[in-house]
This record gives sequence, structure tokens and C-alpha cells, in this order.
Amino acid sequence: MTELRYLAPNSLDEAIKAFAAAGSAGRILAGGTDLLVQMRAGVVKPGLIVDIKKIAEMTEIEQTADGGFRVGAAVSGMALHDHASFGKVWPGVLEAVNLIGSKQVQGRASAGGNLCNGSPAGDSVPAMVAAGAIVTVQGPDGRREMPVEQVPAGPGRTNFKPGEILVSFTLPPRPKGSSDAYLRMIPRTEMDIAVVGLGVSLTLKDGVCTAARVGLGAVAPTVLLVEAAAKALIGSKLDEAALNAAAAACSAACRPIDDKRGTIAYRTKVAGVLLKRTTAIAAQRAKGN
Amino acid sequence: MTVVTNNKWIGQRTIRPDGMDKVTGRAQFAADTNMPGMIWGKVLRSPHAHARIKSINTAKAEALPGVKAVVTARDIVDFPIEKGAVMLGIQDMRWMCRNVMAREKALFPGHPIAAVAATSEAIAAEACNLIEVDYEVLPFAIEIEDAIKSDAPILHEFNKFEGKPSNIAGRIEHKKGDLAEGFKKADIVIERSFTTRPVHQGYIEPHACLISVAPDGKTTIWSSSQGQFMVRAMTAHLTGIPQSDIRAIPAEIGGGFGGKTIVYLEPLATLLAKKSGRPVKMVMTREEVMRATGPTSGSKSTVKIGATKDGKIVAAHGTFYLQAGALPGSPIRGAVGCSFTPYDIPNLLSEGYDVCSNRSKVAAYRAPGAPIGAYAVECVLDEVAEVLKMDPLDFRLKNAAKEGTKAAHGPTFPRIGYIETVEAAKASDHYKAPLGKLQGRGVASGFWFNAGGESSAQVNITEDGNVVVTTGHPDIGGSRAGIANICAELLGIDYRRVSVIIGDTQTIGFSNLTGGSRVLFASSIVVTQSTEQIIKTLRERAAKIWEIDPEAVKWEDGAAHPVSPNAGQFPPLTLKDLAEKAPAMGGPIGAGVQLNTTGADGGFGTHICDVEVDVDLGIARVTRYTAVQDVGRAIHPGYVEGQLQGGVAQGIGWALNEEYIYTKEGKVDNPGFLDYRMPVCSDLPMIDCIMVEVPNPKHPQGVKGVGEVPLVPVMAAVANAIYNALGKRFYALPMSPPKVLEVIDAPETRQAAE
Amino acid sequence: MAKVHVSTTINGEPSEFLCEPNDTMLDALRGPLGLTGSKEGCASGDCGACSITVDDNLICSCLMLAVESEGHELRTIEGMAQGEKLHPLQQKFLEMAALQCGICTSGMLVASDALLKRNPKPSEEEVRFWLAGNLCRCTGYDKIVRAVMDTAAEMRAQ
Repeated sequence: MTELRYLAPNSLDEAIKAFAAAGSAGRILAGGTDLLVQMRAGVVKPGLIVDIKKIAEMTEIEQTADGGFRVGAAVSGMALHDHASFGKVWPGVLEAVNLIGSKQVQGRASAGGNLCNGSPAGDSVPAMVAAGAIVTVQGPDGRREMPVEQVPAGPGRTNFKPGEILVSFTLPPRPKGSSDAYLRMIPRTEMDIAVVGLGVSLTLKDGVCTAARVGLGAVAPTVLLVEAAAKALIGSKLDEAALNAAAAACSAACRPIDDKRGTIAYRTKVAGVLLKRTTAIAAQRAKGN
Repeated sequence: MTVVTNNKWIGQRTIRPDGMDKVTGRAQFAADTNMPGMIWGKVLRSPHAHARIKSINTAKAEALPGVKAVVTARDIVDFPIEKGAVMLGIQDMRWMCRNVMAREKALFPGHPIAAVAATSEAIAAEACNLIEVDYEVLPFAIEIEDAIKSDAPILHEFNKFEGKPSNIAGRIEHKKGDLAEGFKKADIVIERSFTTRPVHQGYIEPHACLISVAPDGKTTIWSSSQGQFMVRAMTAHLTGIPQSDIRAIPAEIGGGFGGKTIVYLEPLATLLAKKSGRPVKMVMTREEVMRATGPTSGSKSTVKIGATKDGKIVAAHGTFYLQAGALPGSPIRGAVGCSFTPYDIPNLLSEGYDVCSNRSKVAAYRAPGAPIGAYAVECVLDEVAEVLKMDPLDFRLKNAAKEGTKAAHGPTFPRIGYIETVEAAKASDHYKAPLGKLQGRGVASGFWFNAGGESSAQVNITEDGNVVVTTGHPDIGGSRAGIANICAELLGIDYRRVSVIIGDTQTIGFSNLTGGSRVLFASSIVVTQSTEQIIKTLRERAAKIWEIDPEAVKWEDGAAHPVSPNAGQFPPLTLKDLAEKAPAMGGPIGAGVQLNTTGADGGFGTHICDVEVDVDLGIARVTRYTAVQDVGRAIHPGYVEGQLQGGVAQGIGWALNEEYIYTKEGKVDNPGFLDYRMPVCSDLPMIDCIMVEVPNPKHPQGVKGVGEVPLVPVMAAVANAIYNALGKRFYALPMSPPKVLEVIDAPETRQAAE
Repeated sequence: MAKVHVSTTINGEPSEFLCEPNDTMLDALRGPLGLTGSKEGCASGDCGACSITVDDNLICSCLMLAVESEGHELRTIEGMAQGEKLHPLQQKFLEMAALQCGICTSGMLVASDALLKRNPKPSEEEVRFWLAGNLCRCTGYDKIVRAVMDTAAEMRAQ
């Protein structure tokens, strides 16, 4: 049996040092809602677990001077929900994070863990992609930033370098008339993994969409930024034709598989349906901003 | 028998005797107990769907430090095929001995190959990995179509059907009238074929047991099951330990629904405990539960129904193929015997085929087989009613079975309440409520045999004048609450003075399984008779004290009274008074009764379901549901409603999302709650219940079984509702979103809608 | 594997225990701590039968390492009643037959309590979605939802 060590350092430097030294045997523990399941199933057998929840930067939500947000990688869904203003500015990101698992899972699971787990079906990821979130990662060679959509490398894999730890998400300030939304298709009403998940973030000016980003999950090996869909929306009044074009772009972007959760045909169609529904919600919210 | 009316406790929503322990976390379920020196057992399971076991080498596992015992099929008592059936209830021990541990062949992925006991779970699991098994991997068949093909891989070469080796392990039929003549009289005939997927009982508590075998062979089994006597008998058969040496203690059971009516772990843990000399605990993981226990059958059925223009069913033919899984014994009796039973059909053939295939052996699941058959029959009835332009409930009323109707499976019905359920459904607010766009309403009925059988009870008056009732059936759904109500009613005392417990095998007489909707029916008969004996004793004691004739003493409101002033003027003697005087008046007061109970009449239900369909995503959601059932007499209405609501919820899961999904290698691909998708709280509406009470004339309190019926009509009610919403029929379960969308998007559907 | 010593507070009482570094909190509760009211239905966070709170946060104890509990305040079903006095939810579950087999009951009660602490006036929909992580196979949830809503109304009235 493998010897397992558990560390809960108070500083990021300490965490990185231990994590980097452990190499492939190291695992980061934030909420643990994926890690513990994988350990129980014998899929992963870590030699070192680095619990990052005692590192202040990892668990803080900070509204930046410009009106943006910095969300620590280990902030739980419930903590994000309970933040005074985050949900008003980023309702789509919040609803996506809050769809990760049950209320019990929300007490632990974080957007950081959801991203690092590398599942193409992680709920928070398409919303973060739509939001244009930038992640801060830190490793033995220092700190760097990258767009969230560049993190996933494939199912269960990220583009982090060895020893790098996800530190936080930075969400940009919102221009007037902006909002976002996230919807997923699941067979039940709760407790399922997304069959398709779609986030839309947009800005409206006098009824015209001036900016948009679309993130699409569970239809390809990684969560996708669907630029063609955003292009179809930008410049339009979100009329039928624009929505149809954006929906078609989402369906076209799909490279899904047939599995126990859905078929290729089903996922491809649903991606388009969700684009229309999610856009409508985001637009409705944006009108009030 | 006179049915007691004007009750104080019967029909009241009393607090269940085991409730306090369950809301405070004190209740002891199977996995909650430990013993000094206890070690852990783990099972090595087959990775293959079908393989001959050429050899098993356990040497490396046995050499691992911490390992205390290893068992394989060699340690299990064999029941040779050629010696013929050895039946224990409905289970043939030839199949049970091969189910608990693969013998000649591994027959499904998850089939136990060996078991290990070690000082920790981790060591036991590691030892399992060190066992070397030489398999000859064989081709496999899981789906019925694949298993009945002429060139199908044969699971059991000894099994012959129509003279040839076959996976069809049995066929039964019920017949009435002349089928061909019947169909000739029909103005319309509709024939449809259906499939259903295997679904699991889904109890939240995994199978678990803790077993100690003393050096003298005295064995104590602590386990979760639907029958401690079943556990004792099966373990005795499979280990060779006499039943008198096995004390099987029923832990609180965390759900069963039929799935805990056979043993999986107990014989293995007993043998491990015997070999190691240490108490052995075994607890399945959820994955093991999903791969290796239950589920019920997948099925394919064809149902043909003929009716006259005026709405009379003249002939019906049902053919039901049910998966037995690895070893024979699918619930074809339920499918064949129950599906047409709500109706008076003069010409009928109902036939069923038991099909072995390479998946886990079926275990009973709530009205075993009946929901599968009813799904097909009730969907076809809906189509017939539509063609006849009749309201589907009127159509059912016109053909309803009633007192005097002879059912194809044998009995001629006494007074039954089927018609009342249909009438109550028709009169309900629900049935009349308007429906919105993309909403639909469906109805369906269902029947289950119900059961009586062996029950034992001991009722004792304590020295301080209270009551302890011991019965022999594990209580899953609240039967102890019903028994407390009945006993308190008979004795005329507060129900809180009655303590109801479930005895172990060595302290109470034989009592058959908790299953078949029999427990309250059967146990209340023996409890009633025991209590009546006690009342007789109490009257005799009072008569002796008062020096009058026992006939001149009546028992009322918890005390003995002279029947009239003429009999004498005495202050009442309460239960407490008489208990205190017991030592001087003839000794302890108590009575026990053991019976093979009869008179369990079948149960009928009629359900109404509303759905709303998201046509862009293919999601059907149940928005309103009403279950109407003839419950005989609701002894504790809260737990009767609970049975109805729970059965409906399981049926909605079966209809919409639950299914076993297999990989190409024949392994279950969704062996956990995440992807098996049982209904969660937000999936369901409130489930309304209309309890029709047509008392069972053959039962002292009018009780009929209520637990199974509520699952029977559900899938058809949901399917008929989806049809009503979309104008599209579904002939396969589950009606999950991808499948619903596929049908909605089919060219002919789009055209019809436009 | 060397066992780890953990100091924590459970149901208001300081508690110490030894565990393996990979033991879950549920393993520790049910094992060394002897608190078997929390149940293991799945060990994957899908059934909620092991629900507890950590610093008033509702979680599945099967998804938390036991070593993580160091210095935190845990509450389990065993701490819900105050001595002989049941919590109003416990009382209502009994009165309204909101349990059958009882295996999900501990988790349902702990989760419902966490809901009512956050939201004293939940709608039926809010109750249903809050409890979506607590599987019950016996009741169809009807009586559980009613019991939670009735308790909430009663607690508001007091």
C-alpha cells in the first residue's frame, strides 16, 4: 500500500514546494468532491495530498478596484453564493458554480477544483469561459496568467506545468448593459453530470448586442469557446435569425461522443437549444443592468 | 369474522415504535455494529460476463500478512444440478449455491469467485487482487434477443427447452376460454410489442452483515434482510451448519423492495468466520450492489387485445419474456398472472418465458414481474380505448373484474374494490383538472396477488401491566406501527404502552419473508389471536378474583368489568391491576400464535398521471400524480400513503430514467447513484393518495396488502400521459430525454404536429 | 501507514481520534468515534445519507478527509436533539410519517436543519432542490417535504 501524507500549509509557497516535490504522486485538495471519489474508486492513489484551504488567497473573494472580481481557487460554491455582490454582477457564473453537485457538495466544491478536474462536463467551466475569466497559476517558476479556456487539455488533463497550482480566477469588470447566464441539460432536475452545458455572457447597448462570449461544455474533449456563436450574436438585436445562426454554430462546434449520458445526435441538437435559452436569460438580465 | 369498527387506534397516525431511534441516529442498521476481534471480508468478483473457471490459486492471498481466511466455491455446500430442485420458498438452492459463489462458471461481471477475510478492509481488498484465477472466457449474451437466438451462447448446457440446450429456463401460461374464437368476435384488435430495461430496487443501504462462529459452531448473524429466517435457512443450507445453531438477528433494514429476500454475503461471511475463528464483517460498496445484486428483469412483451365496438374486451393474448439473469427464476408469474387480472376477459392466454442471460440473477422487486406486464397491457388498453373513442376509465369500468369474476390464474374473486378505485379516480379533482399546452394525462390500473403465509407472534404482558409484542418479520415500511395500533385497540389501552419488536430466529417462531405485501396482513392475524387469548386469560383472572363466571366478565377500555350489574358490582380491574396480581393468580400473562395465514386477497390500484414535455430537450416531467388504491383497511394511514407514494416514485424512475446500461464487454456502465438516476426530491411533485377501503372480509381488521400494487400501474400511466401530451406512443422504457427527442424529431411526428 | 491524531469538536464536545490519512470523515465518525447515525449509502456524495455540518456548512462526510476536521466544529445527527428534547424537525418527521426504513433519515434531518437555518421560510421548490442531494427510495419525498415545510411554519410561529 502506498504511504499517504496529508499537508495543510498556510502559505502558497509552502504548498507549491511540497506539491512540486511530490511530482505525479501529489494531489491538490480543495473541496475534495472529485478527489475523494477517485481515491475511493482506486482511480488515483496519491502519495501526498496538499490541502490548500488554509491559504488565505485561495479562499478569498475580492472585488477589485475596477469592479472585477478575484475568486480564490478553493472558494466553495456556498461561499460564492453567500457573497454580497458577486451574484449580482456574475449571475451566470454563480448559477453554474452552484450547479456542481448537491447542496452538500456546494459546501465544499470549488470552481478551481471543477476546472482542474479537467472534465469536459464541469458546470462552472463554460460559464467561466463565457465570462472571459483569467486564471492565475503559480508554480516553482513563479506566477503566470492564462485565459480559462486554455486550461483544459483533454478529459482529466490540464495545461498546467508540473508543480503549478491554480490560485484564483479573475473576472473582468462589467460594462453597463452586461450580464451572463448558464444552463445545462440533465435528465433529472439535479444531481446529474451535464449532458450539455452552455454559458453566455453578453453586453447590450440600445438592444444591440455589442459583445458576447459563449462557452460550451460536455460536447468535446474540452470545454469550448464558441467564437462563431458569439460572432453571430454580436451586432444583432438577438433576433430569430441571429439566434438560429448562433445555435447552428454551437451545434457545429460539437464533437461529442455517444455514452451513457447522451448520444451524439442528442448533444448536438441540445447545444443549439441551450444557446437560444441561455442567451434569452442573459439578455433579460442585461436589460436590467 | 367480524371486522372491528369504531376504533380508537386503528386508522390513527400514531408515532411508530422505532421512530425515535431513527430520527436520532440510534437505530442499528446492519453496518452499524461491531464485535471484539472483528475482521473484514471482501469478495473477489469476476471481471468477465461469461467464463469457465479452470483454476483458482489462493496461495499468495493466504500468505499476505493480515489475511485470516479465504473461501471459494469448494467451501460452499454444493447442490448438484442432476439431483433436482431443492426449494427454499421460491428459491432453488441449486441456483443459490451458484449465485453466492461461482462454481463451474462465472456468469456475469461481478459474480463472486472467492472471498477473503483480513484484519482490515484494505488488506482484504489487496488479498483479493492476489488471487489467481484462470478463466476460459466465453461468448456472452445479456439482452433477451441475444439470449434466445438459435446460436446464442448457452449459460447452462444442462438446460433444455423443446429438447435443445437453451437459455429459456421455463415457461408458464394462464388460459381461459378460446382465444381464436374470442378474437373472431372482436371489432378491433390492437397488438403491440414493448421492451423494458433492467432496473434496480435502489435501497439506500448496501447489503451488510456481521457474523461470529464460536468454536462449538454456534453462529450469530447480524444482517440486513427481508427475513431473518430466510437468512438462517439459506446460510444453513450453504454452510452445513444446522439451523438450531444459527441465530440470525434482524438489523434495522435500510430498504429492500424485494432485493433483500435472498442472501449474498451471509454464507461467505459465515464460512470466513468459521475458518478464521474471528467475527467477520462484510459491507458491499454501492458499485457491488449495482453489479451483483438484484436488479429486476429487462423484458420484451407482446400484447394483443380485441374488443367489440361497444367497448367489451373479448380476447387478449400476452407474451412476456423476462430476463432471469445468470440463473433461472425471473418473475414471470407476476407478469403472466397479474397483467390482465383487473379485467373480466372471457378468452385469454397469458404466457411467460424465463430467460437466462449474463447479468446478475434477478431479485424480487416490488410486485415482481407485474409492473412489466401491466406496462404493456395498460398501454395497449389505452390505444383500444382511443380507437373506441371511449374515456379510458370508462373503458376500464366496462371491463372491470368484480366479485365473482374468475381470474385466469385461478381464483374467483370475492368482494374486491377494483371498480371503486376506477370510480374514485374518475370522480377526483385531478381527473377533471384542465391541462395546458404540451401537458398530458394518462391513467392505468394494476393488480398484485398479495400473500399470507407463515407468521408467528408472542404477546406478553409485562409485570407493570404494559405490553411487548414480538413478531418475526423485519419492518421496512412501518409494520410495527400498524401492529401497535391493532394490539392497543384490542386491549383498549394507549398505543404507547405497546412495544413492538422484531425477534431473532431463536426467540420467535418461524415467520416468512417480509415481501409480497404480506407482513401486516399475516402478522396482525397472529397478533390478534395472541391478544385475544390474553384477553380471555385476563377475563378469567378477573372472574376468579371476583368469584364470578368468566362469561360474566367483559374486557373494555383496558380493564375487566362485570358484563352487567347483575353479574356483580365490582370496580374494574385494569391491565396493571391484573399484571400485578399475576404471580398469585396463575403466573405470567402471555400468548403466542403461529399460523400459516390465508385469505390475503389481491390488491388493485388505478393511477392518474400528468406530465409536461419539453419538446426541444425531450424531457418529460411528472407534474401531478394521484394513486388510488383499494387498501382494505388503512391501519396506519400515514404508512399506507407512504407505500403508495414510494411505489409511485419508483415507477416514475423506471418510466423516465432508470436503466442498466452495459458496455461492449458486458459490464454495467452505470453502477452508482450518479448515472443510475433514481428520482431525486426535485424531480417529483407531491403524490396524492386516495385510499379506497373495501375491508378484506377474511381478515380480523380488514387488512389487505398495500406495498406492491402502487408500482404496478405507474409506467403505463406515465407512458399514456406522454402520449396524451405529444400524440406519440412509446413502446420502450425508459422514456429518457434522448429517446423522447428522437421520437419527437422523427419526420412523421413533426408532420403530424404541423 | 502511520495514524494521524486529530482534535476536533463534535456536537459541541471536544473530540480526539486517530485515523489513516486517507480515511474519510464518515469512516472516522462511524469507526473510532462510534457515531453510526451518519450512514454510508454510496461513498461518492450522491445519496446524502452521511450529511453533517462543518462550521455550519452542510457537507457529505464521505467527501471530506477525516484529517481535515482538525480544529473545526462538526455536527451530526447525534447532536440534533437537545437531551431528551427532540429538534422540531425530528418531532415532525415522527408525527408526519416522513420516514420509512430510516436509512436516509439522519441525512435528511441534518440537511433540512441546515436549510431552515439559512432560510426559515422555504418554498416547496426550495425544499425540493435543497434536498435533491438526499436520496430516499421509500417515501417518494412527499411526506418529507411536507414535514420540513410544516416545521418551518411552526418554528416561524414561535
